[in-house]
Amino acid sequence: MARWRPDMKEAEATPESLWLRRRDFLRLGAAGALSLAWPGRSAAGGPVGVPLPVAKRVTLAGGEALTPWDDVTSYNNFYELGTDKSDPAVRAGTLRPRPWTVTIDGEVKRPLTLDVDALWKRFPLEERTYRMRCVEAWSMVIPWVGFPLGDLLRQVEPTSRAKFVAFQTLHDPAQLPGQRRAVLEWPYVEGLRIDEASHPLTLLAVGLYGRVLPGQNGAPLRLVVPWKYGFKGVKSIVRITLTERQPPTSWNRLAPREYGFHGNVNPEVDHPRWSQARERRIGEFLKRKTLPFNGYTEVASLYAGLDPKALY
Amino acid sequence: MDGAARRRLVKAAGWGAALAPLALLLADAARHRLGANPIEAVLNRLGFWTFTFLVLSLAPTPLRLWTGLAWPLRLRRLLGVTAFSYAALHFSWYLGVDQFFDLQAVGADVVKRPFITVGFTALLLLLPLAVTSTDGWVRRLGFARWKALHRLAYPAALLGVVHFLWRVKADRLKPTVFAVVVAALLLARLRRRAVRPFGAAVDTPPGGK
Repeated sequence: MARWRPDMKEAEATPESLWLRRRDFLRLGAAGALSLAWPGRSAAGGPVGVPLPVAKRVTLAGGEALTPWDDVTSYNNFYELGTDKSDPAVRAGTLRPRPWTVTIDGEVKRPLTLDVDALWKRFPLEERTYRMRCVEAWSMVIPWVGFPLGDLLRQVEPTSRAKFVAFQTLHDPAQLPGQRRAVLEWPYVEGLRIDEASHPLTLLAVGLYGRVLPGQNGAPLRLVVPWKYGFKGVKSIVRITLTERQPPTSWNRLAPREYGFHGNVNPEVDHPRWSQARERRIGEFLKRKTLPFNGYTEVASLYAGLDPKALY
Repeated sequence: MDGAARRRLVKAAGWGAALAPLALLLADAARHRLGANPIEAVLNRLGFWTFTFLVLSLAPTPLRLWTGLAWPLRLRRLLGVTAFSYAALHFSWYLGVDQFFDLQAVGADVVKRPFITVGFTALLLLLPLAVTSTDGWVRRLGFARWKALHRLAYPAALLGVVHFLWRVKADRLKPTVFAVVVAALLLARLRRRAVRPFGAAVDTPPGGK
């Protein structure tokens, strides 16, 4: 029976910091037990599709486990192929990503219009493993294959007036039947400041897991900006235009109070309808803490002097 | 088929309909068919069925007004209690699995996030209805008072619509369909009240006697 024991030394007592965390400990134990009981994904398929020549591999996700191919390719926000996250994988068959023409124009000295395969063959392809944080508070770790957007920008030689880069998704309801309903204003458009676009982390992706991008992930060409919410990662790009003025962006048009131009991942700035402090990594049971800039704090200097709360 | 057999058949069908979504959910879980984010999938499905059964529980009276069909009236209690059960499962899943008993986060959500405040209020409105769903409670309260209390199902359904509308990011199709159905059911009742004012109630207690 527990009794008052004046001979018990301070050092024998449970330290207060641990005592205060006893519930976390219990929670972690229970969570562990539950995750063991939680059904895993059966019949996980490996990557499929045409392999891409990868010249260099860079992992920038702190050694975190990759999200399985099956999850990356079956849980997608691509409203042009349906608004349920399982829709795009089922309906991607209508999208014909090849042949595909991409135009780079606007405030550039050497505009380009070329086939997407001719475009990526101008650059050595890199595998870049990044965390991907969706504005809906879930996240994945994805090995993209692509090339830095900055390398492309250097080839087209922006003029001195180029301050922003605007991106546009294909607008073709036959290939993207979701565009028959005005859930968003079509085509989907996105934009970056030119310094964000030129940052070495900013990637134009043509593949994942060493294979060409599946339709549901934005084939044949999509943007990946790892320190921003996923909605900035415009899919199935047909046009990249350098502009002097800040271009409109799709989610900002729909709900300017909820989605700004920047879309920087920031656990301190909640979405008006839900918290951004934590996220569910796909495949994990407990939510994790969301990191400022999704962990890519090397980009912080891009925003020196700006109020981070205004960069949602 | 005699009356008693028909009543039993209606009840059996009602129970089947009430349990089918749960059975399908368990079957999908066992076969790993809940997708990459099963926690979210279960939460959304439980919410969807809460709303569906709530709407179904409100349908028998207008249905009789429009079509003269009386047998659905026998299912009102079952449908209502089923709606509450799915609501309780939906909330428990959010509390115990999605948030994993992080009571601080849940408290903040209920206070700070209007769509959660609204959903939680709807659940609170349904609670007394579930408790007083028995014949004993109809007697204890008296039918008139019991019936007045059970009109709370309408504000609960309206709050449910708002909960759903405020949750979705852009595609309002599904919550809009629910909103239209609830509005139609509510209007049918209001019209009847205008036509047949107080004292001429044709409603029967939930047992259908």
